[in-house]
Amino acid sequence: MTFAGHYGYWVTMLLMVAGLYIIVASSNLIKKLIGLAIFQTSVYLLYIAPGKLIGGTAPIVSEQFTVYSNPLPHVLILTAIVVGIATLALGLALVVRIHEAYGTTDEDEILDAQGKDDQGGARS
Amino acid sequence: MISEHLPALQVVIPLLAAPLIVLLRGGRAGWLIATLISWTALGIAVALLIQVQSAGVISYAIGNWPPPWGIEYRVDAVNAFVLVLVSLISAVVLPYARSSIAAEVPSDRHYLVYAMFVLCLCGLLGMAITGDAFNIFVFLEISSLSGYVLIALGRSRSALHAAFQYLIMGTIGATFYIIGVGLLYLMTGTLNLVDMAVRIADVGETRPVLAALAFITVGLSLKIALFPLHIWLPGAYSGAPTAVAAFMAGTATKVSLYVLMRFVFGIFGMRLDLLALPLLDTLAVLSVAAMIVASLVAVFERDLRRLLAYSSVAQIGYITLGLSFVNADGMTASVVHLFNHAITKTALFMLVGGILLRVGSDRLDALAGLARRMPLTCAGVVVAGLSLIGVPGTAGFITKWHLVLAAVQNGYWWVVAAIATSSLLAAAYVWRFVEMAYLRPLSAESANGRSEEPLAWLLPALLLVAACVYFGLDTSQSLGGARDAAAVLLGGSK
Amino acid sequence: MTPQNLMLLAVTAPVLGALAVAFAHRSPNVREGLSFTAAGVVLACVLGLTPGVMGGARPELQLIEILPGVALAFRLEPLGMLFALVAGVLWPISTLYSIGYMRGNDEDHQSRFFACFALAIACTLGIAFSANLLTLFLFYELLTLVTYPLVTHHQDDEARKAGRVYLGILMGTSLTLMLIAIVTTWSMTGNIEFTPGGVLGNGISNAAIGGLLALFIFGIGKAAVMPIHRWLPAAMVAPTPVSALLHAVAVVKAGVFSVVKVVVYIFGVERIAGLSSVDWLPFITGFTIIAASVVALNSDNLKRRLAYSTISQLSYVVLAVALLTPLSVIGAALHIVTHAVSKITLFFAAGSIYTAAHKTNVSEMDGIARRMPWTMAAFTVGALSLVGIPPAAGFFSKWYIILGAAEGGHLVVLAVLAASTLLNAAYFLPVIYAAYFRTPAEDAHPHGEAPLSMIVAMVITATGVLALFFGMEFPLTLARQLVSSS
Repeated sequence: MTFAGHYGYWVTMLLMVAGLYIIVASSNLIKKLIGLAIFQTSVYLLYIAPGKLIGGTAPIVSEQFTVYSNPLPHVLILTAIVVGIATLALGLALVVRIHEAYGTTDEDEILDAQGKDDQGGARS
Repeated sequence: MISEHLPALQVVIPLLAAPLIVLLRGGRAGWLIATLISWTALGIAVALLIQVQSAGVISYAIGNWPPPWGIEYRVDAVNAFVLVLVSLISAVVLPYARSSIAAEVPSDRHYLVYAMFVLCLCGLLGMAITGDAFNIFVFLEISSLSGYVLIALGRSRSALHAAFQYLIMGTIGATFYIIGVGLLYLMTGTLNLVDMAVRIADVGETRPVLAALAFITVGLSLKIALFPLHIWLPGAYSGAPTAVAAFMAGTATKVSLYVLMRFVFGIFGMRLDLLALPLLDTLAVLSVAAMIVASLVAVFERDLRRLLAYSSVAQIGYITLGLSFVNADGMTASVVHLFNHAITKTALFMLVGGILLRVGSDRLDALAGLARRMPLTCAGVVVAGLSLIGVPGTAGFITKWHLVLAAVQNGYWWVVAAIATSSLLAAAYVWRFVEMAYLRPLSAESANGRSEEPLAWLLPALLLVAACVYFGLDTSQSLGGARDAAAVLLGGSK
Repeated sequence: MTPQNLMLLAVTAPVLGALAVAFAHRSPNVREGLSFTAAGVVLACVLGLTPGVMGGARPELQLIEILPGVALAFRLEPLGMLFALVAGVLWPISTLYSIGYMRGNDEDHQSRFFACFALAIACTLGIAFSANLLTLFLFYELLTLVTYPLVTHHQDDEARKAGRVYLGILMGTSLTLMLIAIVTTWSMTGNIEFTPGGVLGNGISNAAIGGLLALFIFGIGKAAVMPIHRWLPAAMVAPTPVSALLHAVAVVKAGVFSVVKVVVYIFGVERIAGLSSVDWLPFITGFTIIAASVVALNSDNLKRRLAYSTISQLSYVVLAVALLTPLSVIGAALHIVTHAVSKITLFFAAGSIYTAAHKTNVSEMDGIARRMPWTMAAFTVGALSLVGIPPAAGFFSKWYIILGAAEGGHLVVLAVLAASTLLNAAYFLPVIYAAYFRTPAEDAHPHGEAPLSMIVAMVITATGVLALFFGMEFPLTLARQLVSSS
């Protein structure tokens, strides 16, 4: 196998690391969520790509077809996509609420505000 | 017959209850259903435990698809124990939750809280009962997503940010887990845990298998808040409504710990020489770091809930430390501490909820002289605190005994010293509360707390406190279950 | 009643008494009546158990199995009997004394005081009856916890600081070293029952035994072997009855009792006699005896002087056991009894001086015997006993320890004992001299004797010190059984 032969994996890994990097590096909550989505998407690829055999078909029991692609990863990833969407939706909903509460979606500013909250608590 | 379908009912009943609560839209009805469901779940879990003890492993094929093709629910001594634990905590917390939620969440959202609560319960029970690696992921996300919502419902705005942080960290953890499972699936062609444990022998110590081990361990470590992946936990536990914090402190991390034990010992342990890998040493070092560093942070923490949250991180260190020994006593210590720490920490969070209600703050200096106003609550905190320290006669001691024994048997004297240091630190942070509540003049805030918290809050909490003492003396149930579980887990590894 | 029931009753009666006291806090007379009832029940139980044990019975009672193979269990043997007798007899007397003291000084939180006091007695008896290390450990820790509210009784900064030292040292040593020692014993031998002759067997190396012994000696912080003695002077901020019964008798004796029990029934005197790895113990205890006496000599505060004297006397017991000869072990057991009676008398006297004259320092006590003849008479008897002068009980225990040392040929120990006797005399006699022969300072405000109940209590214990000298046969019988059964 060659470098190129593994390109599916390389793409997967690239997406994975890129997603993680965005999560860590960005202080904007929405960008963090975008990173999270990219990260999760890379996993979809990780599952689906190996399930496909070149020249394979859907698993239909018939004399005609001898090479099948594995359908199970596709099914699993359907579930994972649903989970991913739910996570993203919840995350965005939280960001909306955070924006209402803090007036910003920038994590550093939120942490500043929290620090002030704590000090206020100490004074009262 | 119904008894045949108990494993399915264990998960399905809470799952169906959640939409029902949403449809009824009533806070009171929601609470009633949730409580009923929790107690039913507890009944089912106990019935399953008894069945397992008498008749051995129960295997249940969902939709009659035989394993390994279909999803298998598989109950053995380990997860029967976890099922009882989770449903027990939920059954005790819910009677308390009614007034606690009423005080902390706007009334138009109450039914949503209970819907999310049962959904979270469903997810946790599902994680514990299923024998399918991907199914675990699904239930993990069910419990996590509902957990994020529950935490975000906390009173202060910091709860929102804590929930968001937890969401990011939790999702990364779950995704890591699913990457690991994917790699294993590629290598073994199966998702059924039992089948995987058999087939992993054919692929052996290959790079993808090791990578899968790494991904799964790191992913689950995020969910169990293993030091240093714990940063989401203090915010989440101190921001959440207290009933939620009490429930999650007792269950969420525990179930993920169970899954970690399953994978490391039940699957990888079948083929890999665990002692030859750096995994267990790393785990031991991180556990010790958790026990010392998190306890130290707790000693200097200003808020009682954050103090307890850091104490949780330290106590999780005890559990993972026990795993790293790979001997019967260490494993027993881990499993029994799942239980002991769950009841202790849940009791503490429930009591702190009452303090918050009466005093309006959980800053330690606001609690000066509190014992004069709330003697029972404070006494409860002290007794549960003694269990955290590991004083004999409390549940925490049983754990500590086995941990020290395991360390002595392996000849790890530095670990013995670390365990001892950690108990001292625990004594230090528990005694900060004691000195504040008992040996200081009444503060202005404490004086607000006119009286003891309401009986409906106090009773379930004190019940758990009593359990802390009971399970420190009569250990036939807790320790017996843990020993069986440890034997099952170790039976699979080399 | 069967001996089993008596043991159970002796431990539960103080607990019930504590609960009753807590509920009866509105009426002091009822409350004190309850305290006395509980004390009377305990005394009756302990006395009821004595004839059987002297006749060779070893009643056993298994309550609940905590860990597989280790139960919460009681088994009464001679040493435990002696210790239980000391606690059971002195509790009613010190209750009498406490009532006078607490009322005379108008102390707050008297109900809490009496309740915790009763609980402490329950834990002490639990320690005395314990059949294995786990039971002992359990009651040992509980004893620390229930005496904490007594030490921090005044709830001020000083009490808080003292409480930290007290709890920090006692829990710090026991939760670490003692727990590790117990677990290690369990791991090496699979047996932590107190067994005559010890449980070690032959497979354990010399070095391991030495290490284990060190873990036990320093883990049992209540025995106050230097350098873990600081908690005892710190605990002196408590009201004097606490110092008298708990920090001269119950708590500290629980420490040395545990040490003796561990050496006799876990290690086995014969098993470790002559081992090179246990040689260090006489030296470290000898050092404690001398050093603590020197500190006592330089303490002007009477309670502090008595506290350091206690530290020194506790090490007598540990030293006696460390000599590992039958005679010295008898001496150790006797010294637990004689020191208890003598030291409680001294503390009673100190408390009554504080109550009547509000004086705490030795330098203020010139001529005080004229105003407080009973108090100083009792003090003198207690002091003579600790110096070891007949006809006071302390003479006998010291005699046996010296015999043991001579038998074992420990010249250094003999020298230590001689030096310490001189030091004892040096820090007690000036107090007596000043009280009787110096003229009182002029600005002394007039005061009389302490309240009657305190005097009565003091006279009883002082008489006890003398009576014990003539009735030494009785504790001696029990102490001999300890040696013959091992």
